Amino acid sequence: MKVSNLTWKIGGEAGFGILSTGKIFSKIFAKKGYSVIDNNEYSSLIRGGHNTYTIRISSNEIFSTNKDINILVALNEETIRLHQEEVTYGGYIVYDENDCNIGDFKKARKDINYVMVPFSKIISELGAPKVMVNNVSLGASVALINYDLEILKNVIKDIFGRKGSEIVNLNIKSSELGYKYIKKKLKINVYELEIVKPVSKMLVTGNDAVFLGAVRAGCKFYAAYPMTPSSILHLFASIEDDYNIVTKHAEDEMAVINMAIGASFVGARAMVATSGGGFSLMNEGISSAAMTETPIVIVLCQRPAPATGLPTWTEQGDMLFAVHSSHGEFLRVVIAPGDPEECFYLTGEAFNLADKYQIPVIIMLDKYLSESHFSYEKFDFKNITVDRGKLLSKSKDIDGEYRRYFNTDDGISPRVVAGIKGGIHIANSDEHDEDGYSEESAHNRKIMVDKRFRKIKKLIEEIPPPKIYGPIDAEITVWSWGSCKGPILEAMNILNQKEKKVNLIHFTYLYPFDSESIEGIIEESNKNVVVENNKTSQLAKIIMMNTGYKIKNKILKYSGRQFLPEEIISGIEKIE
Amino acid sequence: MVMDKTKSKYSKENYNLKPGDFNTERKPTWCSGCGNYGIWNSLKKTFVKLYLMPHEILIVYGIGCSGNGANFIKTYAFHALHGRALPVATGAKLANHKLNVMIIGGDGDGVGIGGNHFMHTCRRNINMTYLLHNNKVYGLTTGQTAPTSDKGFKTKSTPSGVLEKPVNPVLLALASGATYVARGFSGDTSHLSEVIRKAIKHKGFSFIDVLQPCVTFNKQNTYDFYREKIYKLDEIKSYDKSDLNEAIKRSMEEEKIPIGIFYQVERPLYEDGLKQIERKPLVDHIITDIDINRLLNNYY
Repeated sequence: MKVSNLTWKIGGEAGFGILSTGKIFSKIFAKKGYSVIDNNEYSSLIRGGHNTYTIRISSNEIFSTNKDINILVALNEETIRLHQEEVTYGGYIVYDENDCNIGDFKKARKDINYVMVPFSKIISELGAPKVMVNNVSLGASVALINYDLEILKNVIKDIFGRKGSEIVNLNIKSSELGYKYIKKKLKINVYELEIVKPVSKMLVTGNDAVFLGAVRAGCKFYAAYPMTPSSILHLFASIEDDYNIVTKHAEDEMAVINMAIGASFVGARAMVATSGGGFSLMNEGISSAAMTETPIVIVLCQRPAPATGLPTWTEQGDMLFAVHSSHGEFLRVVIAPGDPEECFYLTGEAFNLADKYQIPVIIMLDKYLSESHFSYEKFDFKNITVDRGKLLSKSKDIDGEYRRYFNTDDGISPRVVAGIKGGIHIANSDEHDEDGYSEESAHNRKIMVDKRFRKIKKLIEEIPPPKIYGPIDAEITVWSWGSCKGPILEAMNILNQKEKKVNLIHFTYLYPFDSESIEGIIEESNKNVVVENNKTSQLAKIIMMNTGYKIKNKILKYSGRQFLPEEIISGIEKIE
Repeated sequence: MVMDKTKSKYSKENYNLKPGDFNTERKPTWCSGCGNYGIWNSLKKTFVKLYLMPHEILIVYGIGCSGNGANFIKTYAFHALHGRALPVATGAKLANHKLNVMIIGGDGDGVGIGGNHFMHTCRRNINMTYLLHNNKVYGLTTGQTAPTSDKGFKTKSTPSGVLEKPVNPVLLALASGATYVARGFSGDTSHLSEVIRKAIKHKGFSFIDVLQPCVTFNKQNTYDFYREKIYKLDEIKSYDKSDLNEAIKRSMEEEKIPIGIFYQVERPLYEDGLKQIERKPLVDHIITDIDINRLLNNYY
């Protein structure tokens, strides 16, 4: 059967390489030009527990994974028990009778096909380690959709190459045996993907994209404590020598943010990343950056909280926390990219905004966006340019007597790279006068608070308004932010085929909030609904707080899992 | 063993600053008789002795009476949050290792709220100098117990007397791997200046526990109290500064209080392990058009 879309899922016990197997499967399609989006699910443990990897492959542009699975590869019985319901009418379950007792499952779903592949037997006959059942399943899956075995072999070679030729050959051999088994057993191709333009696509996660954007933007100092999104720490550490970057795994998140502030104070672009718990610890540091007017970029990857919560799952529960983070009133920018492409370009922008306005900039991710792979033809890195604002890096740039917190018209005072002659000053976490000396007078306090807040005028003008997707005159307007973008776009495209006329207003800049432009859009919308991956509809709250407008319809999900388009469709269909 | 790591481009011939040139436009706000004055004077004297210019020095301050010194010493200064001076200094030094970086903070700042940073900064051996102003009391918050207060010490927060044993900053620094560990006394500025001078010149992380009377909130650890108990390690001819066990033993003495250098060894710097700053400081790299093609290709 020719298809333009196909969803594949593999499930098994933790420790059996589910994540790397999934990544290989995503890669073989991206390499030949298909659109790929994947999602992995795992628990906070190293062995045992249940891991899955879901991949949606398409010959068209796609924006998220979806609910219906065409092929489910079950490396254990639990996978069938947990995910059989997700298999679409006429879909396939690939299993090994050695690991799974299939009888009762078959009775429950007479509409799907069960394909037995003796994973363990193939592996033991080959004399390969048990973990290589993965490769048998990859080969079998490639055969099921009449795909290219050679590209699978090449990707396996790329990924396992450094482990030596013996391991590579065993991996390849086991995938070949899986492939041949299916080809022999099934005379027809069960699925066949429509042909696409053969352009090799890159496969990146949100974490990858933030990292790439930061390197391009000239981030020279990266500090973190191991916590989601720890892959950014690993990525920086792996290239720090080549790109002249210092990566520091510090003792705690207070050290992390303060080290970055120190590096930034002497003129290096600096970034940190963490999730909610670490962000809580960093909070005092954020206000130190604000008071001393030291630029800093903070990546906040949201996981379901409070406390340790669900540390390997996803949620959008920290928006108001980020917008209002730390003590005192001060200006900051909060950015929430919707996909890895936005992660890349907006990270570049985050560094510019931090430098130009000398303020903290927070980039909000969530586990789903951080760790899911999306395919793109390319990132045009030349589109990230560097603007350091009023930074003076040489003594000769200093005009007359230097005053660090000079009360300028736009509120932005020239900042020197500490260490140059003529630029001596105190970067002071106490309230201070224009020279940086501690100063507690009422008169001065008001001047300095106003100076720091005056930057908002220029900032608001520079920050783009939320982006509108879909028909302007839609009947229903969805309001959302961050990673909900993809599932909503999928839902919108499907609903608009049925002429429901839905559009999306997507916020990538959450703060500062431009009330005027938002009020304009709200008046034009008849039926508004927020879609958020949280319990308390934080976007709706911030809209109400700033405009007084209450969005009554809410589609919320807070199970620790991201939205699927189908769930949004059924939510929208219920709106009266 | 001691290597000159000061980066001043200035020498006897072209240097004409006096200690007073390190004064700012602000007059100190410390109590009359405060130990901070002795430290302040020693520091300025030392800068002159080392031909250091104000712009070649970055001092990161914690919060407390000592931290308020940010306003009174003319160098680049970062007045950090309470307990967070060490990580700010670390980031600054790693981003520009050509700066002379010093840290000034109190005992509550350093071994109370910032204790974790203290331990880790010692073991890192980054080339900076840390002056811990140890007055064994919280002065700026008007007299509560400090982590260094003696057991039984009565304060507003411990009216019946402190129940805990005091933290011993010298012992902690030795145990954590600092390569220069000394103690000074704010009542002996010529000795203190010498300890500071050697600390700045030391290649590695140098730590000085400065005993400093708080004339307002600590009536126990007074100038007289210290003068009676103090003796100088450098007056003991047989004292071997490279012997860690001996240093630890001396650091635990309570009846008599040793001052001077307890311990000094040379160990590779943290910075020496960073290839990326071998050629030049991070801040000197041009970042306007970094080519990331090589990285992007990894994702295809």
